Amino acid sequence: MSEQAQANIAQDGHDHDAHDHEHHDNFITKYIFSTDHKTIAKQYLISGIIWALIGGALSTIFRLQLGFPEASLEWLRPLLGGWITNTGTLDPEFYLALVTMHGTIMVFFVLTAGLSGTFSNFLIPLQIGARDMASGFMNMLSYWFFFIASVIMFVSLFLETGPAGGGWVIYPPLSALPQAISGSGMGMTLWLIAMVFFIASTLMGGINYIATVINMRTKGMTFSRLPLTIWAFFLTAIIGLLSFPVLFAAALLLVFDRSFGTSFYLSEIYIGGEALPNVGGSPVLYQHLFWFLGHPEVYIVLLPALGITSEIIATNSRKPIFGYKAMIISMLGITILSFIVWAHHMFVSGMNPFLGSIFMLLTLIIAIPSAVKVFNYLTTLWKGNIKFTPAMLFSIGLVSFFISGGLTGIFLGNSAIDIQLHDTYFVVAHFHLVMGSASFFGLLAGVYHWFPKMFGRMMDAKLGYIHFWLTFVGVYLIFFPMHYIGIAGFPRRYYSFTNFDAFSAFGDLNVFVSIAAIVTFFAQFIFLFNFFYSMFRGRKATANPWKSNTLEWTTPLVPGHGNWPGKIPYVYRWPYDYSKPGAEDDFIPQNVPHTETGSSNLPHENELIEEEKALKAEESQA
Amino acid sequence: MAATATATEETGKSLWQGGVSPLKASYGKLMMWFFLLSDAFTFSGLLIAYGYIRFSFPAYSGDPGAFVPSQEYWPIPEMVFDAFPFLHGIHLPLAFVGLMTFILILSSVTMVLAVEAGHRMDKKDVEKWMMWTILGGITFLGCQAWEWSHFISGSGKVGWGIDLTGNGVIDFVGANLAMNEYGPQVFADLFFFITGFHGTHVLSGVILNVIIFYQVATGVMERRGHYEMIEKVGLYWHFVDLVWVFVFTFFYLI
Repeated sequence: MSEQAQANIAQDGHDHDAHDHEHHDNFITKYIFSTDHKTIAKQYLISGIIWALIGGALSTIFRLQLGFPEASLEWLRPLLGGWITNTGTLDPEFYLALVTMHGTIMVFFVLTAGLSGTFSNFLIPLQIGARDMASGFMNMLSYWFFFIASVIMFVSLFLETGPAGGGWVIYPPLSALPQAISGSGMGMTLWLIAMVFFIASTLMGGINYIATVINMRTKGMTFSRLPLTIWAFFLTAIIGLLSFPVLFAAALLLVFDRSFGTSFYLSEIYIGGEALPNVGGSPVLYQHLFWFLGHPEVYIVLLPALGITSEIIATNSRKPIFGYKAMIISMLGITILSFIVWAHHMFVSGMNPFLGSIFMLLTLIIAIPSAVKVFNYLTTLWKGNIKFTPAMLFSIGLVSFFISGGLTGIFLGNSAIDIQLHDTYFVVAHFHLVMGSASFFGLLAGVYHWFPKMFGRMMDAKLGYIHFWLTFVGVYLIFFPMHYIGIAGFPRRYYSFTNFDAFSAFGDLNVFVSIAAIVTFFAQFIFLFNFFYSMFRGRKATANPWKSNTLEWTTPLVPGHGNWPGKIPYVYRWPYDYSKPGAEDDFIPQNVPHTETGSSNLPHENELIEEEKALKAEESQA
Repeated sequence: MAATATATEETGKSLWQGGVSPLKASYGKLMMWFFLLSDAFTFSGLLIAYGYIRFSFPAYSGDPGAFVPSQEYWPIPEMVFDAFPFLHGIHLPLAFVGLMTFILILSSVTMVLAVEAGHRMDKKDVEKWMMWTILGGITFLGCQAWEWSHFISGSGKVGWGIDLTGNGVIDFVGANLAMNEYGPQVFADLFFFITGFHGTHVLSGVILNVIIFYQVATGVMERRGHYEMIEKVGLYWHFVDLVWVFVFTFFYLI
């Protein structure tokens, strides 16, 4: 390539470095079709909150059915209309649609888009020292594809035949045959269309995150100085990039089976005594393809929460994160392992049992990096000067859920024990703790922690504490009893358990769980009030309210387009210099060179000073 | 920026220290690579589905020369894909698909030449080689259309067809998504889906190439000062070729 062309490309690629001039955005380019990563992050956050409310509301409706099967739900008729039967109970097929949509919404729309979409977008450019994402336009497109997916999924809730009802995993043949249940009709079609848009959105977002982290870091920001949040978002994006396309393939094949008469997943099926013409496909094939996404998806949901937690726990313990490298290596380990354990969801699918024992081994290996992370959190907290901010409480809550939910994962990973526990409430309890609640707490922790950076104001801490304790206790009250119900063998997704004598002993427990679920759901309105009230009326934040080291706190209180009004700060140290012996303050931000911290430098850091001088000179010149 | 990049290249170890593009690629090219990685997983998913279904069927075990299709076993590709336009009734196993593959690979070569011409900032040459690449892509799609229409209308061979009523009379020849004369139903399903999915990729590639060709011809790239866009679509085009090699191997050779 000619040098001129090379130089032109370099010039082009870094055009947005030169953002000194004022931007004059109108309302539409500033708040709606914005290419600013901070606005896109807020769009994702608000959409995620709306979806979380819908998903949570659906769960309270089916908890009513499970806890109070005899009660009349006539009062819900204005909302649910025909889904309340003439006797005042919930329509059984609508119950299936409720659990399906609850799962779909929570996994994809809240904890994937709402969590990754918000914090990857918000924090990657701010913490690595970049003006914006690599491609702001694609970033905007990513949000609007998600928005289209949201609209389609939302519309499907209002269909007369109901939204998709085949479970969030939409296993064929149930999901492939509209004559099977009403939820496999138009609702499933819209589900698939929405997910195609969702996958495209995730892909565009993920490609952007990866390219940004690799290419756009400020000077001195090596990979070994990246905050663990960025490591987590980076690896999450890689997992999404490699697993979502397989769901895309699986969904397309399912679309063809449903609409064009192919037989990829269908073979030898009788409906009402009539044989269907489809021969030769395999429903187990779908399960393999689905779980090749489905399992990594668990880590797409969890890793960002773990990254956020690492950052918040280190900051609020006023201690360096324990085992920074071990944290990275265990996240890498989880990333790789997440792709080779999918069949532990299929132990009882009729898959070869020998294959099951291999997947069992690989699954149990995940306990190692997970335990490394847990011990590192605990040892970071150990003897720390802990500041119990709401964000810190939610992070500690996450660690608690990760432990208690993770332990049951070791049971479920055993292919023999899984024969008893598969598809029971034990599984429901397990994944709601380890992945659902843990990630949800990561999301909340992130909101409480970065709210001052997002809106320039503080959230109310007292309301935060009330919200935390109600939610934390509530989550345990909901999901702990479910383990017992599950061990007793009660299957998930069943409309009614009172029809079985064996389970009538668990009636009280189900009432208890339902009440806890409803109370916990309403406790979230405290957060909602706090969030929206503080956005306009909250106490004005200071520039660095948590005394944190990372680069986002070096920006103005409410950063504009381009993040830093002047030049981007250079980075001279890792992000965890908290309570360093000999230092004046108990934190040293990443952009402070070692020349200015002579009293606290370690011997090997003094050696860095020479190298830094050149960089420092360049920074002051630029 | 270019100057600092050169300076850090010399020291080598500072390549990953931020402030530069460590893979020496612009973010656009990097994004194209990651998109292709992702797309590779989509195709892998489809090809694994193909393998999974294919090996759930027994292979044909008799004399290959006397092959007659049946829904009981997977067909032999050489016996199914042996037609050539204008040469009716002649057994030319895989000749036509071989020609298609050759054309597609040739279009990759012309794409390389276009990229190379872009590095030289030679607008005339870029136009010429992009044109050949577009032609190659369109020819490939045309060939695929012929291959599909032949597959759909039937091979016309004696004894090939489906006896729906069981009275020994052939009621259906050719192929659709529900049944086909060549073997199990899923054989045609997979054929249509996977080659169709690949064909869609080729079609998008041709459209991209046409857009880029238009931009080159109207001088957009020249004003921009570099022809990097050619490299990006070139990456995509090579990827589509590479995927075809795998599709070809799975469907026609194995």
